[in-house]
Amino acid sequence: MNPALLLARALRDPASVERLAPAEWTALFAVARAEQLIGTLATRIHGLTMPADAARIVADAIASAEQGRTAALWEAEMARRALGDIPVVLLKGTAFVAAGLSAGIGRSIGDLDILVPRGRIDEAEAALLAAGWEWVKPDPYDDAYYRQWMHELPPLIHRERDRMIDVHHTILPLTARITPDARGLLEASVPLANGLCMLNPNDMLCHAAAHLFADGDLAGGMRNLWDVHCLAEEFGVEGLEERAAHHGLTGAMRRAIRLARTLYAPPDGTESGRGDRLYLRRLTARDAWGRPTRRLTRLAFYLRSHWLRMPPALLARHLWTKWRKGHAP
Amino acid sequence: MRHVASLRIGPVGFRVGCDWRAPVAALDDLYRDYPKPEIPDFNVHLFAARPWRRLLRPSVHIGGDFVIPDAAPLPLAQGLLAAEMGMNLQMALGQRGYLLLHASAAERNGRAVLMTGISGAGKSTLAALLMARGWRLMGDEFVLLDPVTGLAHAFPRLISLKNEAIPVMEAALPNARFGPSLVGTPKGTIRHLVPDARAIAAMAEPAEPALILFPRFGFEPAERPVPPSEAFVRLTQASTNYVNLAERGFDALTRLVRTVPGRAIDYPDGKTALAMIEALA
Repeated sequence: MNPALLLARALRDPASVERLAPAEWTALFAVARAEQLIGTLATRIHGLTMPADAARIVADAIASAEQGRTAALWEAEMARRALGDIPVVLLKGTAFVAAGLSAGIGRSIGDLDILVPRGRIDEAEAALLAAGWEWVKPDPYDDAYYRQWMHELPPLIHRERDRMIDVHHTILPLTARITPDARGLLEASVPLANGLCMLNPNDMLCHAAAHLFADGDLAGGMRNLWDVHCLAEEFGVEGLEERAAHHGLTGAMRRAIRLARTLYAPPDGTESGRGDRLYLRRLTARDAWGRPTRRLTRLAFYLRSHWLRMPPALLARHLWTKWRKGHAP
Repeated sequence: MRHVASLRIGPVGFRVGCDWRAPVAALDDLYRDYPKPEIPDFNVHLFAARPWRRLLRPSVHIGGDFVIPDAAPLPLAQGLLAAEMGMNLQMALGQRGYLLLHASAAERNGRAVLMTGISGAGKSTLAALLMARGWRLMGDEFVLLDPVTGLAHAFPRLISLKNEAIPVMEAALPNARFGPSLVGTPKGTIRHLVPDARAIAAMAEPAEPALILFPRFGFEPAERPVPPSEAFVRLTQASTNYVNLAERGFDALTRLVRTVPGRAIDYPDGKTALAMIEALA
C-alpha cells in the first residue's frame, strides 16, 4: 500500500494498525512525520495493541504535541497582550487548540496565524515590533511584494521565543482571482475564553479549502484535509455551501469535502469529481521513507499555485526577479 | 533507498538509507555487534541532490525525519561521518523521551561520571581512556537523562576521535577496532573507535549519575567545585532539547544538579586527567 494511504487508513480506522508488519510501522511513522501528522496519529492509536518500539514513539509524539499545544497557546497570549484593543481572530491550529476542537487533538502547530482588520494592520505591525517581534525576510523585493500583493504582513519572528507570527488581513493573496469577504470573516467570528476570537466553523472550513486549493501547491495537504474532516464531523456542513459561495470558494470547498471523505471517512459511495484523482496523486506523493515522490505531479501543482495566485503579467515579473536572484523551485 | 543499515544505540533505533553502498557497508561493519531495531525511532537519508551526482563528483546530503535546511554535504569518502552526523541530527532535533545532554559518560560500580564541555575539551578522549581503564563506556556524544527516573541512559555510538586524540587512543587500545581515517573533514582528521564488547552488551542498562565533570584540556592541573546554579546554566546550554521538553526538562535538570556534585577540572594530558577523575568518582 502507498505509505501515505497507509497513514490515511490509520487515521480513519485506528484499529487497522494492529495488523501492521514492522516495515509498515516504519513507513507509517516516517510519512506521519513528513506530513506533520505524527501527533495526530499518535493520539488516534494510543492504547491499542502495538510493538513496544511503536508504543514508545507514540508516547513521545503525544508528549511533544502536548508541549506544542502549551507553547502555541502561550504565543497567542503573548500576541493578545501586545495587540491591546485590536480585534484578533486566531486561525488554523492555534484556534483549534484554543477552542478545544477535535482538529486540534495532537495537531502540530508551527507559526501563530492571526487575522486582524485591514484598516488596523499598520497598528498591529507597530505593536508587534514594539513587543519584540522582528522581520524574518530582509530582502527588499520580498518585503515590498508582501506589502503590495499578499494577504498577510511579511512574517515576523520573536527575538526571544524564536516563534513566527503571520498577521493576515484576509485569507487569500490580493492577486488571487478569488476575493473572500474578509470583513465578513471578522464580523462572523466567535469569541473564545482567552479573550481572542476564532472564525465561525463554516468560515474555518472555507479558510482550509481556500488555503489548499486556491493558494498553495498542496504541500502538507493531508494535514489540511484532516482539519477539514474533523471540522465537518464536529460542526456538520449546514449552510456551508452558501457560505463558500459567498466567499467565491464553491469549487474549492466541494473538492475539499470530497477529498477529505475519500481519505478519512469510511467509503460511502461519494462520487469523485473531475480531477480528484490527480489531486490524490499529489496529496499522497510520499515514499516509505517519507520523502517526496512524483516530481512532475508536484511541479505541476507548484506551477498551478503560482498561476492561481497571480495574474500572468505579475507572475512573469515575479519569476523573472526570482530567477535573477538564483531561486529555483 | 538503495542501501539500508539498521542499528540500535542504547535505547534508540535508527534506519539509515543511502544512495551509495560504501557508507552502509562501513556502518554494517563497525556496528556489526549492535542489535537491529524492528521499528526504528529515526530515519536518516544520505542522498545525492541530483541523480547524476551519485556518480559524478558524488556528494552526500544529510536528511531524515528531522532536517536543518542548510546542512552542508560531505564528499563520499566521508560517508561514514555523514551517517554519524545524520544520526546525531535526528537525536538533537527529534529526541523527546529523554533530556539530551551533549556529554560523554562512563560508569563504574553503577555510578556514572558525565563529562561535558566545548568541542576540544576532551569529552570523547576521556571517555575512551576511561573505557581503556576498565570503565563501562556509556557514550561520547550524548547522555540521555530519563525525566521519570533521573537515571542516565547510555548512547554508545562509535567514539569520534579527532586529530591528536587518534594516535593517543591507537596507542592506548592497540587491539581495538577502528574505522577508516577520514582526512580533511570540517573538524580535521576523524577516526572512529568501536566501543568495547562490554559497552555494547550493557548499553541497555542505565546508571545513577554520580558526578558532573566540566573538563578543560591544555591547562595546568586544577580543580574547583561547580555549584548547582552554574551546572544548571551550563547544562541547559549543553542540551539540544531542553526547551522542547519544557517542564519535564526543567524538573529533570534541576533534580540532577541538586543531587549530583559538579566539578571543573583543568588537565594538561590524559594521564593526569584519569588520575583526577578516578580520585573524584
